[in-house]
Amino acid sequence: MAAHRRIGVFVCHCGGNISDHVDVKSVADAVASEPGVVVSKTHTFTCSDAAQQEMIADIRNEKLDGLVIASCSPKLHLFTFRGMAERAGINPYQYVHVNLREQCSWAHTDDPGGATRKGAALVRAGIAKAALSRSLHALRVKTAPCVLVIGAGISGLRAALALADLGLEVHLAEQADEPGGAVRRWGPLAPDGQSGREVVGGLLARVRAHPRVTLHTATGLVAKSGSIGDFHLTLRSAGGAETALHAGAIVVATGFDSYEPKPGEFGRGLEGVVTLPEFRDGADLQGGTLTFRNRTVKSVAFIYCVGSRQSESETCPSPNAWCSRFCCTAATHLAAQIAAQEARGGAAVTQVHLYRDIRTYGHNERVYEEARRGGALFLRYGDGTPPTVERADPGLLVKVKDELTGDAEIEIPADLVVLVTGMVPRSNPGLMDVLKLPVSKDGFLGEIHIKLRPVETVIDGVFIAGAAQSPKSMAESVGSALAAVAKAGALLKKGYVDLEPLIARVDADRCLWCDECLKACPYGAIEKVPCGGKEIAQVVASQCKGEGACVPVCPHGALDIEGYTDAQITAMIDAGIRGEAVR
Amino acid sequence: MSGGAPPGPEKRILVFSTNSISDPGIDLAGSAHLHYSTNVQVIPLPCSSGVRPSWVAHALEKGFDGVFIAACGGDCAYLSDCTDRTGRVIRQTQDLLKARGLNPKRLKMSGLCSVCADNFVNHMANFRKELAKLDPS
Repeated sequence: MAAHRRIGVFVCHCGGNISDHVDVKSVADAVASEPGVVVSKTHTFTCSDAAQQEMIADIRNEKLDGLVIASCSPKLHLFTFRGMAERAGINPYQYVHVNLREQCSWAHTDDPGGATRKGAALVRAGIAKAALSRSLHALRVKTAPCVLVIGAGISGLRAALALADLGLEVHLAEQADEPGGAVRRWGPLAPDGQSGREVVGGLLARVRAHPRVTLHTATGLVAKSGSIGDFHLTLRSAGGAETALHAGAIVVATGFDSYEPKPGEFGRGLEGVVTLPEFRDGADLQGGTLTFRNRTVKSVAFIYCVGSRQSESETCPSPNAWCSRFCCTAATHLAAQIAAQEARGGAAVTQVHLYRDIRTYGHNERVYEEARRGGALFLRYGDGTPPTVERADPGLLVKVKDELTGDAEIEIPADLVVLVTGMVPRSNPGLMDVLKLPVSKDGFLGEIHIKLRPVETVIDGVFIAGAAQSPKSMAESVGSALAAVAKAGALLKKGYVDLEPLIARVDADRCLWCDECLKACPYGAIEKVPCGGKEIAQVVASQCKGEGACVPVCPHGALDIEGYTDAQITAMIDAGIRGEAVR
Repeated sequence: MSGGAPPGPEKRILVFSTNSISDPGIDLAGSAHLHYSTNVQVIPLPCSSGVRPSWVAHALEKGFDGVFIAACGGDCAYLSDCTDRTGRVIRQTQDLLKARGLNPKRLKMSGLCSVCADNFVNHMANFRKELAKLDPS
């Protein structure tokens, strides 16, 4: 079947990394008689310029239409050799990379004979795959120079401005009536004391004045079609007015919700037990004396880690395992402000902070220091012994076992108890359904790689920013928003995007349209089309990710992934098992 | 070179790995010079949810003693429910193996992360022992 192919095989010494343990000459000789092979050579370093020039000459002189290079892991040089193939005039997808270093020589330094036999088998499998390779072409999509940013909080506002400054058209859609997100209501913030209102107000003024940003309030995304670079989107306002957009990328910056304690949790429901956002909204920290909703507060207890760092229990079957990052800093900053208010001549306030661990990381450590110097008392409670809050006359009574004084039981009378509530993922099922964006197990939006690809999602062209992804401080949110801007900007300023052609294909003869592939595909990449008197499945090239979930569910074996076809994998198995000894 | 057939207890194992998750884990085993049998061969695929059951049956019928699917597990970048989907593929494959008179114990699956080098080597050693028990010499 492969006799008509003209395949070149090049086995790399990798200096000695491969050839010290694998007899590369034996491998090249052993596979030279494989069907279709017309060249079989070794090179000291196949990745070197000199070796590439020689291989290009061989490809041209021998008119090769298939190429196998057995060298290091494809993670290192797959794209190097695809590029070389292209320069030599052979389709890059007719190149097969064989992993002879990480998965052979380096793993079998104890068994050179076995490593050489295995090396030959791996190369034979590569040849079998190359013999069945097809010429494939990237799908080039022209990108629309426009971005939809969803959510006009701190992250969305900052992203919108930066994208517009790159020269892109930006539509900023906010579900609420007012833009500004959570931060717009906040007063002075750590560590510099600038208020949330000022920060958001400044950004919002620039957004409103920017000729390339259109702000849509009380508006959501209701429909999306197309794919990376070429999305067709529909926005709908609360009033029902629809706006059609042609955008190349989407930045999702939908923010977070504050944890709402359950009734009875740390006294929630009792008069005077309030959450962190309620305290921020209702407390006067600027006037002469600390008041909350216009009533003077002389004693206040803060309970930390409410709704964060939870363990599974009967009353908490799906715990919020995460640390919410911002709350220690927020609460210690409030403590510092209360102390400052007192220092300015206000009435004395007793403030007690019941914490598990203080995580005022980085520069915010100074805020914690300031709070302690200002007279705030910090008591540590154990993970298994949370404080309790009960009604007293007057006010409230907090009981806690102070871990650092041998679990001494301490009773703290308080006018006000502030539950330092953390961040929880904002539930947005409608939007997630439209975007087809996967939500992590914890409910936050998931990135492709937590360290290396932190703002990209599995939906190409859709980026995430801010606390929608995980609990973040404002600075961290803005950092991720600008990372998303860099990714979206790099994509759209180029003007086009090439899509990987290693995707699903349908064998029209075998397909009888049973809809199993449609049901299996999470990307909406299967559609039904008429074909020669019957209906069959067709793959929407721009939507397919090529993971192959549709392949095993097809009862007729009609689906293949390019580069991993049934014929190729079967031939690789056959070639790999043939165990003749290497000459 | 010496060549010749491998000694008796050697078992030929075909591994299906996944390009961005388990294959880097297997690479790492090599980079760390952790040794495993040279009778282990790896075919990388995009995702473990895309393994055709017939490939497993074919490999066993052609002479591999066992097939190991190094699944993406929870790290899959394509599918949040990759583990469930791969699990369904495994059940489908076990049924096919039984129907073809092959022992379903010759198929093994485990999630393998991109840094699971030791895990991979342990899996190969254990699977080799389990396969040896299936074929008492």
